[in-house]
Amino acid sequence: MNTPVADTRAASVTAAGRGGGFNVQQIRADFPILEREIKGRRLVYLDNAATAQKPRSVIDAVTDFYERHNANIHRGVHALSQEATTAYEAAREKVRGFLNAPDAREVIFVRGATEGINLVAQTFGRSRVSAGDEIVVSGLEHHSNIVPWQLLCEERRAELRVLPILETGDVDVDRLRELLTPKTRILAVAHVSNALGTVNPLAAMIRMARERGVTVVVDGAQAAPHLAVDVQTLDCDFYAISGHKMFGPTGVGALFGRAELLEAMPPWQGGGDMIRTVSFAGTAYAPIPAKFEAGTPNVAGVIGLGAAVDYLAGLPWDQVQRHEHELVTYAVERIRQVRGVQLIGTPGERVGVVSFVMEGVHPHDLGTLVDGEGVAIRTGHHCAQPVMEFFGVPATARASIAFYNTREEIDRLVDALEHAREVLA
Amino acid sequence: MDPRDLYQQVILDHNRAPRNFRTLEAADREVEGYNPLCGDRITLQVTLDGDVISDVGFQGTGCAISKAATSLMTVAVKGKPRDEVERLFERFQGMVTGRETPDPETLGKLRAFAGLSEFPSRVKCAMLAWHALKAALDGAEESVSSE
Repeated sequence: MNTPVADTRAASVTAAGRGGGFNVQQIRADFPILEREIKGRRLVYLDNAATAQKPRSVIDAVTDFYERHNANIHRGVHALSQEATTAYEAAREKVRGFLNAPDAREVIFVRGATEGINLVAQTFGRSRVSAGDEIVVSGLEHHSNIVPWQLLCEERRAELRVLPILETGDVDVDRLRELLTPKTRILAVAHVSNALGTVNPLAAMIRMARERGVTVVVDGAQAAPHLAVDVQTLDCDFYAISGHKMFGPTGVGALFGRAELLEAMPPWQGGGDMIRTVSFAGTAYAPIPAKFEAGTPNVAGVIGLGAAVDYLAGLPWDQVQRHEHELVTYAVERIRQVRGVQLIGTPGERVGVVSFVMEGVHPHDLGTLVDGEGVAIRTGHHCAQPVMEFFGVPATARASIAFYNTREEIDRLVDALEHAREVLA
Repeated sequence: MDPRDLYQQVILDHNRAPRNFRTLEAADREVEGYNPLCGDRITLQVTLDGDVISDVGFQGTGCAISKAATSLMTVAVKGKPRDEVERLFERFQGMVTGRETPDPETLGKLRAFAGLSEFPSRVKCAMLAWHALKAALDGAEESVSSE
């Protein structure tokens, strides 16, 4: 596992403000929605891998932007436009710090990890992949890290190859060596699996890829809320994150790309803000990152994402990670003891997610019944149908945690599972 | 509404022991229904005697709601003429979407699904078989999706 990282997160400002300790009740008080009652009971939110809840500071940052600073960015000379531009670019610097990217110009704001991956496929991919080339993805990927590459392969008549997974839900990393051939252009892999919680052995995978000159694209959507991300240590070429999964607003995310790659890539969308000069004879593009940010961006969302990064930086990360580790271990132990339950995936290293099925009970019926007790879990294929196919199930139930969850909430889930079993099994 | 009340005895019963859960030897129409949300997948077969559904059977996997809904639908439509089945489709859809109050006379046992109107994310599960049936009666040969 990536070591809990003092350098990017814990070094920041507000940790001292909390007295340096991790108190889950104090953390919960930062998240207004956790006060909600569902069907007469306190909400137990265990669908964090779908989207995480937002701390007050993120909600306030978005509200404050609209109430006091709203203007378009980059071109206005008036006060509000300058304030908005300053806040937007400050968020870029915050995200740079969060990812430990060398340069803020290497951070492109996008709608989310999906758009980040599509951007890479449609620009880098289209300029570097030709007929007969190969792209490698893992068998654990979310559809968002499969379909963009399928589209590219179809267009370029390239081949998509799949790194298989094992019964444990780990990738079969030993097979990667043979999959990476002189024709391989891109390795696209998740840092953490959204369906199973598997932490992929990125260090080894990226080393193998880079030794062969293969460009590495990492889907970091599920890793960002749990692990310290350091794109320099990882040595990846691209890393995509989604704001809403890391306690920020929906509709915003970021793509890290190495400057030399971004500079060489053709632009993606054309429009305002991505140009230097436009004439009907031809257009000169703006330097990065503006080249990839055509049109008015999600300014409020970006500022909210910056606030989320600030919030995370203020947490004592070694303690947060210990809490999450204990919680997910406890969840695995309790859930597997429910009669008729079978865990899907028992990866060597897991964060955030426990996927399971119950004998004789379809996951959707399970989801509806536990919702009746105020417990929110996800049921379905989790946009990872190849993973479902591998395990021979149409769907799973998935409980996914964040640092604001507690052991009592896991107990509530387990009680709800027992009740559901009584009704249906 | 407590979802435990959604899973009424008649639904649980038809989920455990679905009726007409079999392959017809000589079906006139066969349609596959797929609900990508749940991964529910059914193959519905129909035999027609003129305008009347003389036999109906299904195979497949799905959640309790979709399985029970399919089972109860087959019981309700067997022996019925097409126009009556279409009216039943409308009444059933009206009930599960909450657009209309269930009519006890037309719907009979199908009223077990009245509570679904409070679970909009599950309405598709119950409608899957009905959409497949409609496609079958319309003469479609391809698959239908509840999405």
